[in-house]
Amino acid sequence: MRLRIGPRHLEIGRLEIVRREIVCQQAVELVTDYLEGTLPRAARRRFEKHLAACPHCTEYLAQIRATIRLAGSVTPGDLTPQMQDEFIALFRSWQSDPGEGEQDRR
Amino acid sequence: MTGEGRPKLSAVDHDADAELLDRLRAGDEQAFVMLVCRYRDSMLRLAAGYVPSRAVAEEVVQDTWVGVLRGLSGFEGRSSVRTWLFRILVNRARTAGARERRAVAVSEVGPAVDPARFDQTGHWAVPPERWIEEADDRLVAAKMAHRVRSAIEDLPGRQREVVTLRDVEGLSSDEVCSVLEITEANQRVLLHRGRSRVRQVLETEFGRA
Repeated sequence: MRLRIGPRHLEIGRLEIVRREIVCQQAVELVTDYLEGTLPRAARRRFEKHLAACPHCTEYLAQIRATIRLAGSVTPGDLTPQMQDEFIALFRSWQSDPGEGEQDRR
Repeated sequence: MTGEGRPKLSAVDHDADAELLDRLRAGDEQAFVMLVCRYRDSMLRLAAGYVPSRAVAEEVVQDTWVGVLRGLSGFEGRSSVRTWLFRILVNRARTAGARERRAVAVSEVGPAVDPARFDQTGHWAVPPERWIEEADDRLVAAKMAHRVRSAIEDLPGRQREVVTLRDVEGLSSDEVCSVLEITEANQRVLLHRGRSRVRQVLETEFGRA
């Protein structure tokens, strides 16, 4: 996914000035890093600069955010009394016979 | 930073988990029921991604709790209770899923957006169709949420795991890495692919050019 951001390097002595403008196709690949807060500062600035000028990519980012919100919109339910009984039975049978300890130490 | 999404479990909730676990160790069966209640829905959703039916998912969850009880004395609290529970679940669900589900070789890599939608200079030729506004209608929003859930289930295995844990269950990226035993970078790539694909499904079904 990591598209290299089209580099046009201008070498001036030992100082390297990198002129990099993000285009849309690259911007959409940076969205997750941006939301995760893992974009390096310079890349983050370029990304935000692109967004400010590009309504389509702004919309795209909003859609990714909306997608995340929708994924998280769940309504939790409770155990029915019958399920509660089942789990209490499970617990009691474990208490009377704890079995082998599993190697899930963390 | 844990990114976008629903509010994450706070430190208080982690404390509550740890307290329930202590009580459980002391033999308090109500604490067990409360812990089961807290995680039942999450576990069922997560398990459902690996196995073909609700019934099998229920079995996986049941089996997970047996494993939790057996592993209780060995849990040292180095990870959060939630991470520990999910790791046990994922291991069991993978085993059950390997039996039940045919292995699908779907590529986990590829661009976030179909390259055909950009022109030669990399600018949008076919910009994103709008659909967010449609979610103002609660009925449509419910439909979208439902569609998102099924789109996540259709993702290739690793992407499905990461997107479910992060965006449906609200785990942090650290927790997801710990549950799935993957690197941070790998987690991000999978999350990126998965979210991109789910967004595309929404655009295709609800978008207005």
